Amino acid sequence: MAKQTELNVNGKKLRVDVDSQTPLLYVLRDYLNLTGTKYGCGESKCGACSVLVDGVMMRSCITPVARVSGKQITTIEGMEKDGKLHPLQEAFLKADALQCGYCTSGMIIAAASLLNKNPKPSREEIVKHMDGNVCRCGTYPRIVNAIELAAGTAKEVAE
Amino acid sequence: MTDDLELEVERYELFAGPTYNFDFNRRQFLKAFSGGIALIVPVSNLVARTLQQQDESGGGRGNQRIPNDIGAWIHVDESGVVSVFTGKVELGQNIRTSLTQAVAEELHVPLTTIRMVMADTDLTPFDMGTFGSLTTPRMAPQLRKAAAAARETLISLAAEQWKVEPSAVRIENARFVNHDASKSLTLAEVAKGQKLIKTIPPDVAITPVNSWTVSGTSVPKVDGRDFVTGKHQYTPDVKREGMLYGRIVRPSGLEAKLVSSDTKAAEAIPGVVVVHDGDFIGVAAPDRQTAIRAEKAITVHWQAPGQPGNAELFEYLKKNAAGNRTTGRPVGSVEDGMKAADLRLSAQYTVAYIAHAPLEPRAAVAEWNDGKLTVWTGTQRPFGVRSELAEAFHIPEEKIRVIVPDTGSGYGGKHTGECAIEAARLARASGKPVKLVWTREEEFQWAYFRPAGVIEVSSGVKNDGAVTAWEFHNYNSGASAMQVKYDFPNQNIQFHNTKSPLRQGSYRGLAATANHFAREVHMDELSQLVKMDPVAFRLKNIKDERLKNVLEAAAKSFGWDRKKAEGRGRGIACGFEKGSYVAAAAEVSLDSKTGRVKLERVVESFECGAIVNKMHLHNQVEGAVVQAIGGALFENIQFKDGQVLNGKFSNYRLPRFSDMPAIEIVLLDRKDLPSAGAGETPIVGLAPAVGNAIFDLTGVRIRSLPLAPNGIVNRG
Repeated sequence: MAKQTELNVNGKKLRVDVDSQTPLLYVLRDYLNLTGTKYGCGESKCGACSVLVDGVMMRSCITPVARVSGKQITTIEGMEKDGKLHPLQEAFLKADALQCGYCTSGMIIAAASLLNKNPKPSREEIVKHMDGNVCRCGTYPRIVNAIELAAGTAKEVAE
Repeated sequence: MTDDLELEVERYELFAGPTYNFDFNRRQFLKAFSGGIALIVPVSNLVARTLQQQDESGGGRGNQRIPNDIGAWIHVDESGVVSVFTGKVELGQNIRTSLTQAVAEELHVPLTTIRMVMADTDLTPFDMGTFGSLTTPRMAPQLRKAAAAARETLISLAAEQWKVEPSAVRIENARFVNHDASKSLTLAEVAKGQKLIKTIPPDVAITPVNSWTVSGTSVPKVDGRDFVTGKHQYTPDVKREGMLYGRIVRPSGLEAKLVSSDTKAAEAIPGVVVVHDGDFIGVAAPDRQTAIRAEKAITVHWQAPGQPGNAELFEYLKKNAAGNRTTGRPVGSVEDGMKAADLRLSAQYTVAYIAHAPLEPRAAVAEWNDGKLTVWTGTQRPFGVRSELAEAFHIPEEKIRVIVPDTGSGYGGKHTGECAIEAARLARASGKPVKLVWTREEEFQWAYFRPAGVIEVSSGVKNDGAVTAWEFHNYNSGASAMQVKYDFPNQNIQFHNTKSPLRQGSYRGLAATANHFAREVHMDELSQLVKMDPVAFRLKNIKDERLKNVLEAAAKSFGWDRKKAEGRGRGIACGFEKGSYVAAAAEVSLDSKTGRVKLERVVESFECGAIVNKMHLHNQVEGAVVQAIGGALFENIQFKDGQVLNGKFSNYRLPRFSDMPAIEIVLLDRKDLPSAGAGETPIVGLAPAVGNAIFDLTGVRIRSLPLAPNGIVNRG
């Protein structure tokens, strides 16, 4: 069952020797030590495991690793470039858009996916796009604010 | 009432700390750090006096542990790094930041100089746990005192070096300077070569609130960057050399007993370790996929007795009530109050079991080395989990270290150590470190819930709105915030223990949500009865200034005096718990086709004394409102025969982005009052406010939580 899968993660080409049906989430976490991507529910209903595949959000907990072979995978660890935070990461800090932070990676990835296809989303578009991501601490209003800050559509940092 | 608060906090778990033996280990403790100065916070004034005598005499003998008499300590090492040791846990409530602020303020050093060492049973002093909104009112002032004492000690040392009076030395930009700033020393230069342990003097002065320059400001999360970059390592992210992955074979439901099992097929898988010990069956394997395969290869037969389900829950709770437990002496005479009333009202309210569903599920990494056990786990009670491990493995606590990485939330749901025990059991059998992360389904089925409850209220009221009698009985959900802040002359308030069909425990605010729901909906019903405005009716019965202030603040910002928008209903509620005051006003609409209640707008006012960090407080209050939406409108554990029937995110309805109303938070800053904790009380006001708003819109009075899991049929 085991076989070599070629992956391109955060700009690096890698080979992993795992069952091709292994969820991408566990390949990232257990084999590649990229633990920023989180397990939350295992059924694609919370978004904690979100990664970008060719710039589009995917739930890695239900994605067999074979399906993303050869595609560009970006995890939260790949968002920071040369020590400089991604504008969404900056915005999350600025808007204090987290409490425990466990959902944060998935939120930032989901938001990046949105801004990739729609750089100036309306508030309704943000809510619709983000609705599959869960924050149990309840920082949704701040996350919306952070996305608007990163998109340049926010008038101000909410209190 | 302080006594009630203590009682309620301890209702579910035992928090007994180590017995004080007053046999301090000063020398060992001194050895624990190579040098510098340490200021220790004793656990009580009595201990403080004993310790101060010992400071002078030296002495004491002991073991390898931090003495039991220490509540927290601050260490300034010879390189000038300030380390603060506390057993408290960071779970998103941002105490790592607020406690850093407190220490920075008193020491007069930048925030970046301070390293918080938290929740490690080998490094930090004993702490009961992180619950009850106690960090801000209890730990913060102690750390302030320790930091202030550290500053004074360092100043004296600098003064000695310069042979001047301490009053001629001050700290500027983290440097000690003399009177004309001609000479200066760094923290490191002063601490170098010192080896000094002191107990904080009881009379040490701390910075008064009106002179705060660090606390009282919106300092960003101190390690925020680690969270937005994915670098922070939660327990499930911990990896150890040679580590195996664990899985547990779970019973068919609660109370199930093992009838038979066959583990041969699993044992035949290379690298797999199977542990079968009583009703515990678990596996450990070199990788997760193999562990899952091994778990599935085990055949088991369980037998479980029939158990109550949702349908008969409330009847069951009342039927099994063990008798009264009065949690406050009756005030006046309810009988007389009822006689004096013009109108009377009796009603029953119910609340469902709900789940904490912390996004980081229970997890643990356990490792045995030479009979010593180390466990990384996400818990609110590191020392409690250490005790549980000691009991489970019959080893002394000295041989166990529990380390709690900053955790992916808890909300009262992570007080216990079952996952730590399971991981440690697998690690002991396999001779290798084992990681166990509960699945979401395990988290729903095998953790514990916010208690369900039945609350019965009978009251009497005068035509002018004065409540004359208040009788209140809570079955099972708990005693928190049962006592009223209203000025009711005759009260009889009781809590009744009963049997719970599901495992239950602490939940953010404990029973304060249930008791506020019953009380504040009942108050709304009374205001209807006497045909008074709900705000005016409450004000008529309030003498407490702080309660009045939050209620008026919420009403004002909400625009209670303004005309209601077409098709909208509004409701209000107020209350008090754990030292802080809250009022919530809610506006709802109804989708006439689906009956779905939409929460359109919430204004919540909150007052917890002097504000320590306005941004984080705002975040905390807003987050509590958001979390409260779930319990208010739709969260509800479905169960039967010991099985949770909706234990997944795909069928347990959580608040999501699209459930968000417009939220306005009004924070009242009382610099004249000590800071209270704020992690819990902001959650209690929303449910009754929404229930009252639904009545206002539809004329349907709902007396159960959740209010509208399947929508409302409009009678209007």
